[in-house]
Formats: sequence, structure tokens, C-alpha cells
Amino acid sequence: MNGPGVAFECEYKAGLHLWEDNYILEIINPTTGEPLPEGETGELVLTTLNREAMPILRYRTRDITSIIPEPCKCGRTHRRLNRITGRSDDMLIIRGVNIFPQQIERVLMSFPQVGRNYVIVIEGLDDVTIKVELAAAGFDGQVEHVAALQAQLVEKLKAETWVKPKVALLAAGSLPVAEGKAKRVIDKRSL
Amino acid sequence: MSAVNLVAVFVENKPGQTARITKLLAEAAVNIRWVTIANSGSFGVLKFLVDRHDLAVRALKANGLMVSDLEVLAVEVSDKPGSLQAVADVLGRNTINLDNCSGYVANNRAILVIEVHQIAEARAILEKQSLHLLSQEEMLRL
Repeated sequence: MNGPGVAFECEYKAGLHLWEDNYILEIINPTTGEPLPEGETGELVLTTLNREAMPILRYRTRDITSIIPEPCKCGRTHRRLNRITGRSDDMLIIRGVNIFPQQIERVLMSFPQVGRNYVIVIEGLDDVTIKVELAAAGFDGQVEHVAALQAQLVEKLKAETWVKPKVALLAAGSLPVAEGKAKRVIDKRSL
Repeated sequence: MSAVNLVAVFVENKPGQTARITKLLAEAAVNIRWVTIANSGSFGVLKFLVDRHDLAVRALKANGLMVSDLEVLAVEVSDKPGSLQAVADVLGRNTINLDNCSGYVANNRAILVIEVHQIAEARAILEKQSLHLLSQEEMLRL
């Protein structure tokens, strides 16, 4: 949006005052895109008022927060944002690179030899291992074909995400079957 | 048909996997006549020649294992120096890549089990050399 930032904490340390003379502030439902009433939690959307060469209209930040409607004790009238509680997507940061699990899923699902069940494990110093099941039709008894598939997956995933993962191919049925929304990311990093 | 059908099983490369599979075969009273393991880092493929192929496949699949049939050629060669060389040479000259090969001697008969992608071509080339290719039944009778 801008160089130094769009919102700052005041001496009362009770949320971030957003410079509303420079930005139009909206909180929307990230699924429907509808604006939410003041105080409700949703995705922060900003529009610039003073950028002339390249104005930005309704920029979706993907940050999940809410507006604190009450006036601040400091006397500033710019409304405050609550602490950012998450992202409207599940973006991962691996070695400084932003990666979305959807990117990984898209690559995996482009291979018919691969099953639908997978898990992304991150451990150590941002080491990524993608565990994915072979589809029943993906195994023809030739170890060379499985090894070639593994190499292709690594290559395609690296091209898509800029991070070279390890790929562990598993027998069909060896990952736990997810009930409802599957937990695809296992982040074991301590920091 | 002078091709031999193996049972190929996909496994993760970690301790206990072979025992888990052979236990299932033992419980199904399947006898293993020949075995090899192809290893590729984090996974491998176990390949068996068994006396009761269909029963073995059923028993393994019923326990959730990934199983595939794998056709190989079993070539009988004379048990003397240069026999493997002759086979490898004629395949090489016909641009057939030998993906895998193992050999053993049973009852004074030297047998090479070979895996190639172009199985029909390899069979024709070897038969042209007057080499005997064993059928599944012959392999089991050895």
C-alpha cells in the first residue's frame, strides 16, 4: 500500500490508528466480499486517497482484523484496528517465500498418478516435505516409474513455488482420511 | 506365453515393511520362489515370484497394499563364463535397455530374470538366439 505503513500505535497501545485521511477503511466478509458492520471481524480492505499516479482501489490485504469503534483516549479521531489475528488464506512463508497450499495442491492434482490425499510438513529450518499418496492406477510395479514421478513432482513444485520440497510418495490409504475440512499443513517449526 | 508374472508391491522404505508383507503371504500359505527388492530412496518395490499368484495379489490387496503385476523374462543360459555377457550384448545391440537383472543357478540350470520395457521385442530377440525363455510353470517347477 505504502512504504512505512498505514496504521500506527499511539501512547495508549490499544490498537493501531489507521490514517483515515489517506485511506478508506473497510472490513469485509472474505468469502462473500460484503462489507461488515463496524466492530465485526473480517478482512481489511483499503483504498488510497492520495496516491495519484497509481491509486489502489479496494485492495484486499488478506489480513483478518476488526475496527475498534470507540474513540481513543489519546484524542485522535482516526479509528483503530485490532490486532491482526490471521490471514484470510493459509499462506505459508518458507525461506522468505510466500507459498499458498493451493499452489501445491494444484500441482499435485495435475498428476493422475497421484491420489487426492496429501499433507504438507514443515520442520527444521523451513524444510518442506510433501507427503502424497499414489493413486491405485499410479503403480505399475516399476520402481523407476515411481522414482520418475517423484522427480517430476519435485521439479513442478519448485517451478510453482520457488522452493524445492521433498516429496514422499506413500501407498494409497496410508494417510489418515480427513473428516470435513482436511488439515493439510503440519508446521513443526518452533519459531 | 514365455513371460513370467511377478507380484510387485509398493512399500515405504522403513524397517519392518518386508516382514509385514511376507507375513501376509505366509498366512495365505503362499510360497515365495524368488524375491528381489528394488530400492529408490524413500520407497521401494518388492517383487515376488510366488506359487499362487492370484491368491497372493488378493491377500495383499485385502490388507490395503498397493500391488501390481509385473512381467519379466526368465532366460535359461548355460552355466559358464560369458553367458550373461551374450544376453546383455544382444539386447544392447538392439537398443533394449536392461532395467533390472538378477540370476541364480537351481538344479544345475542357470536362470536370468530380466526386466525390460520392450518385453515383446526382447523376447523375440532372445528366442532368435536360440535361448530358452521359461514360462511361469517352468519357473515354479525349478
